[in-house]
Amino acid sequence: MSRLAGVFEACRAESRAALIGYLPAGYPTVDGSKDVLRAMVGSGCDVVEVGLPYSDPVMDGPTIQRASERALREGFRVRDLFGIVESVAAAGGRAVVMTYWNPVLKYGADAFARDLAAAGGLGLITPDLVPDEAEEWLAASEAHDLDRIFLVAPSSTEERIDLNARSSRGFLYATSVMGVTGARDVVSSAAPELVRRVREHTTMPVAVGLGVRSGAQAAELAAFADGVIVGSAFVTAVETDTVAALATELAEGVRQVPSPA
Amino acid sequence: MSRGQLAPTPHDPDDRGHFGPWGGRYMPEALIAAVDELAAFYEKARIDPEFLDEFFRLLRDYAGRPSLLTEAPKFAAHAGGARIFLKREDLNHTGSHKINNVLGQALLTKRMGKKRVIAETGAGQHGVATATACALMGLDCVIYMGEVDTERQALNVARMRLLGAEVIPVKTGSRTLKDAINEALRDWVANVDDTHYLLGTAAGPHPFPVLVRDFHRVIGIEARAQVLEQAGRLPDVVAACVGGGSNAIGIFHGFIDDPSVRLVGLEPGGDGIDTDRHGATLTVGTPGSLHGAMSYVMQDEDGQIREAHSISAGLDYPGVGPEHAHLKDTGRAEYRPVTDAEAMEAFALLSRTEGIIPAIESSHALAGALVLGRELGPDGLIVVNLSGRGDKDMDTAIKWFGLGVES
Ligand SMILES: Cc1ncc(COP(=O)(O)O)c(C=O)c1O
Repeated sequence: MSRLAGVFEACRAESRAALIGYLPAGYPTVDGSKDVLRAMVGSGCDVVEVGLPYSDPVMDGPTIQRASERALREGFRVRDLFGIVESVAAAGGRAVVMTYWNPVLKYGADAFARDLAAAGGLGLITPDLVPDEAEEWLAASEAHDLDRIFLVAPSSTEERIDLNARSSRGFLYATSVMGVTGARDVVSSAAPELVRRVREHTTMPVAVGLGVRSGAQAAELAAFADGVIVGSAFVTAVETDTVAALATELAEGVRQVPSPA
Repeated sequence: MSRGQLAPTPHDPDDRGHFGPWGGRYMPEALIAAVDELAAFYEKARIDPEFLDEFFRLLRDYAGRPSLLTEAPKFAAHAGGARIFLKREDLNHTGSHKINNVLGQALLTKRMGKKRVIAETGAGQHGVATATACALMGLDCVIYMGEVDTERQALNVARMRLLGAEVIPVKTGSRTLKDAINEALRDWVANVDDTHYLLGTAAGPHPFPVLVRDFHRVIGIEARAQVLEQAGRLPDVVAACVGGGSNAIGIFHGFIDDPSVRLVGLEPGGDGIDTDRHGATLTVGTPGSLHGAMSYVMQDEDGQIREAHSISAGLDYPGVGPEHAHLKDTGRAEYRPVTDAEAMEAFALLSRTEGIIPAIESSHALAGALVLGRELGPDGLIVVNLSGRGDKDMDTAIKWFGLGVES
């Protein structure tokens, strides 16, 4: 049974999408990121994605790159991640971790899963690990009862959508545009089509991300997705001290349009 | 040149690109369709007589192959008297081995119907070769190059621009090769429909390590025939520098089934491997995933990738191609570090003794040969892959040796 199933079911019962907010751990500092994440939880994020800052974030645009670099410069260590996850859980939030694969590999997939579960984390999003190479992670996540979120993209074939859906637990992450993270003015027209294709393969919740920064955009995605993922916009909001306001706006957005059951 | 150059070998990885535990595809789902497509086109092309004809015609009539094998006796006098032969990839069009791979991948790009090519470059040799092939074949070309490298290899930046390529200096991270690859990957994710990422070394996700290797196998095939003809026997050692590993894997494969031939890769030892300023990935790295493949990488205890340091921009990389990781583990090849100072000494020595100015990358292999020659003694025979010429390195040489005009 998925650790996140309950959230998506509750949202579905309210005819809305879940709001999933992302922040790099340790940004702006380790304690600072705990405060920001608590504000995100308190102002309407149903789930928070805690990013693990990494030296080579190939799937991230300039905003998240800079935030990750700053966290690392401030001395962020992988072991700090678990304390941050713990503080989200203590605040009544639900945390998943989003990380490039190498730091997990180095930590040891099983040890990482064990420590994440012990900290109250619910799962892991792996943007550069595909199911084809995930044997160790499938075993570790099963052993420690964590959700596994793989990604699908507009370029994914039917066969690969199927593989990613079968390998995931909790939800499936649909990248709405071909590209790296970063807030965009318009939400891609590829997103509804991708979600439609995904639904032919699975009944699992589908969350859509990449580019969202406003309540209106969140509402647009909530019309067809089960979850709306917002990342770079939260990082920018940290700089302008508007995190709670952004979360509130986005939380209203995901409630504007009833999501299809 | 051999028709068999691209043919499948017993040394190929499994169909998901694994050489033992190494290689594979550690990369975003968004790019899997593109590497699948590339693999499918390559599998057809490598046995398609028409593709082979076109590739070999370009290698001969455009790149200038076969490249010479030149004996270097006066240089060898400093290597304990062992005989040393140089495989002259420096004489290829654009001045390095890189052109072999570039011509092969540019042909594949056309077959795939893509119009735009992106590439990373460190020393600028791969960027120049790519810009050259794109000019020849009418493809749009964007080159990502770390800002540090655009400064130390300014001549190559000018060459690329003259050839019509757009050069984008990369200002993130260590501002060298690894960051140029990160930026190229970001571009590829966003533009994969019409863009081919023309990776410049035998690393990255499957099928790049195989395909880049195969396009460079010509080096080893030629060298083996040439050394047999000129020296009457196989060499004791084949030596090549290792950045990502493309020139080395290309020449190694010509001799891989000759058990008497030692394959020795020379890595950038920077200030020394007991310092933290080097790029000796196979000597001191640990297993990790970087840029799409599992291999040895230089990383800290958190799995953050370390910055590499080398006087040679083309070797300044904290990762290495997966087949080299495999060859290291199986013991078929050995890898040794060469410091900046040793490389620069060999750079000057070859220039003075033989009238050949080598690339600083290749000078690592030459420095290795000096040591290996002394180990082997006067009966020894070494083939060194002279992967490129040193014109691009004059700024570095001026600074290192104080060659500037006194005012
Ligand atoms: C002349 C030359 N040799 C060697 C290299 C290192 O690359 P590789 O290890 O892929 O041969 C480069 C890279 O730029 C180069 O320019």
